Amino acid sequence: MSNWNQSAMTSDELRIVKDATCTFCGCVCDDIDLHVRGTKIEKAQRACVLGTAWFLNHEIEDGPSCLIEGKPASVEEGIERSAQILAGARYPLIYGLSDTTSESQRVAVAIADWIGGNVDTTSSVCHGPSGMAVQGVGEVTCTLGEVRNRGDFIMFWGANPAESHPRHFTRYSLMPKGMFVPNGRKDRTCVVVDVRKTKSARAADLFLQIKPRADFEALWTLRALVRGIDLDAQQVEHETGQPLSVWQDLAERMKAARFGVVFFGMGLTMTRGKHANTEALLALARDLNKYTRFTVKPNRGHGNVTGADNVVAWRTGFPFGVNLGRGYPRFNPGEYTASDILGRGEADAALILASDPLANFHQQARAHLQSIPYIALDPKETPTTRHATVAFHVAAYGINVPGTVYRMDDVPIPLRPAFESPHPSDYTILTGIERRVRQLLHAK
Amino acid sequence: MTETFVLIPGRTARQGCGISEGKFGDNYQQETNLLLVAAADMERLGLQDGDRVRLTSPAGQVEVPVTAAKRDDLPAGLLFIPYGDVSCRLMGGDTHGSGMPTSKGLDVQLEPIRHDQ
Ligand code: SF4
Repeated sequence: MSNWNQSAMTSDELRIVKDATCTFCGCVCDDIDLHVRGTKIEKAQRACVLGTAWFLNHEIEDGPSCLIEGKPASVEEGIERSAQILAGARYPLIYGLSDTTSESQRVAVAIADWIGGNVDTTSSVCHGPSGMAVQGVGEVTCTLGEVRNRGDFIMFWGANPAESHPRHFTRYSLMPKGMFVPNGRKDRTCVVVDVRKTKSARAADLFLQIKPRADFEALWTLRALVRGIDLDAQQVEHETGQPLSVWQDLAERMKAARFGVVFFGMGLTMTRGKHANTEALLALARDLNKYTRFTVKPNRGHGNVTGADNVVAWRTGFPFGVNLGRGYPRFNPGEYTASDILGRGEADAALILASDPLANFHQQARAHLQSIPYIALDPKETPTTRHATVAFHVAAYGINVPGTVYRMDDVPIPLRPAFESPHPSDYTILTGIERRVRQLLHAK
Repeated sequence: MTETFVLIPGRTARQGCGISEGKFGDNYQQETNLLLVAAADMERLGLQDGDRVRLTSPAGQVEVPVTAAKRDDLPAGLLFIPYGDVSCRLMGGDTHGSGMPTSKGLDVQLEPIRHDQ
């Protein structure tokens, strides 16, 4: 806060920040040119509609950096109150992490470790089931660079990047002219499988509309066909909503691809079957490697949710849903995941980092969070910050603070911020809380 | 008269922009409080754009305005709503040991709210 260079920030001179990184979605586009005047980004060249909204809506907001029970307080007072809450809790929860730098994520996990709490990320309500499936059957993976240069069969299953990752098609998966797909879109076949005709479906060569909640059946149909197993045509159509001949054609196309990739979204992980759906898809991709090179990738949503998985895994050995209460990490989705801990009314305190469970969680979880003392860190006012015992207004990652984020294909990318914020970074707050928590625990 | 539908909450570009603009702003609030219904279902139920319906799931009940889905975006029997407070109120808390509540493909009862109600 103290090193904020006010004169540079109030200057009217136009500055261009080249190759800035957009952290709104998991595409993490790092080719954005920002036109910055003072503390306002006037233009975000090459950003999509979501990226533009992200960059252009981060003006410096007046107001305190910290509120305790809704009243302005100093950052130091906020850190003290936060540390008292966390060090005194019996079953605390540290949750969120996906919309900040990996440097901050690391400190959040450290706090959970010191206080013997639970640490969970927004992965658990996004691609957590995919993480469970990966543990079960493994993952044949690749980078987005490989998709761009090699992918000639691109499939989206329960994913709608046209709305959620608008530059996915143009930057990575469909349009680019790559080393082995020199004619770009013409060299690629695009298939979309979904329960409704999304915007992405309109960009596909082939759209398969399946019955709602029939992903598991559809994926096992494909697995059987790829293995050469005969199936009952009537049953297949009844259960999946598409005739057997359509699945046979698709299985043959997949086997004939030179480099296939399936991007999957929350249509698989949030629907009945969850990790069993994803497991079926990961196993299908693995099976296809008997015939050709075939890969599968979760279409990760938040800017650094992939970093959250990585950091929690480095620190604890597990990607999300970890309890550190016994002094060693235990992983159990359904037990140590935020939605369950809050829904069952177990947590007695929480630290919510860069996420908004009061806007996204089910009713019991929201009601419980509102009934316990919790700390929230966010660059914006959200339903979660409004109800927090201690709310920190922090600088935005990628816009005001540097650091590292992981693209959806696990490639780490540095941030190039546009201007400084008078508000502290969440890293500063978290390291302050960690330091004070350690002192309090030591004194006990 | 109530009828069972399958509700798909999901992401839209406008909802995504609304997150950056601020969740208390018009864009986010309007987008996350609007239910898309297949045109054929709208006609069959005698619904017009802007009419309100009551949705009930085992987890909760909400009232929302409806609009007809464009072209053939939605098959009959399916409803779509951008993620937000309304969709959360209908989502159950049971994660079936996965950490993830079933958040898409929810069975809901739809009941048109008549103007005289
Ligand atoms: S695709 Fe995602 S990362 Fe790229 S500019 Fe758009 S919102 Fe930002």
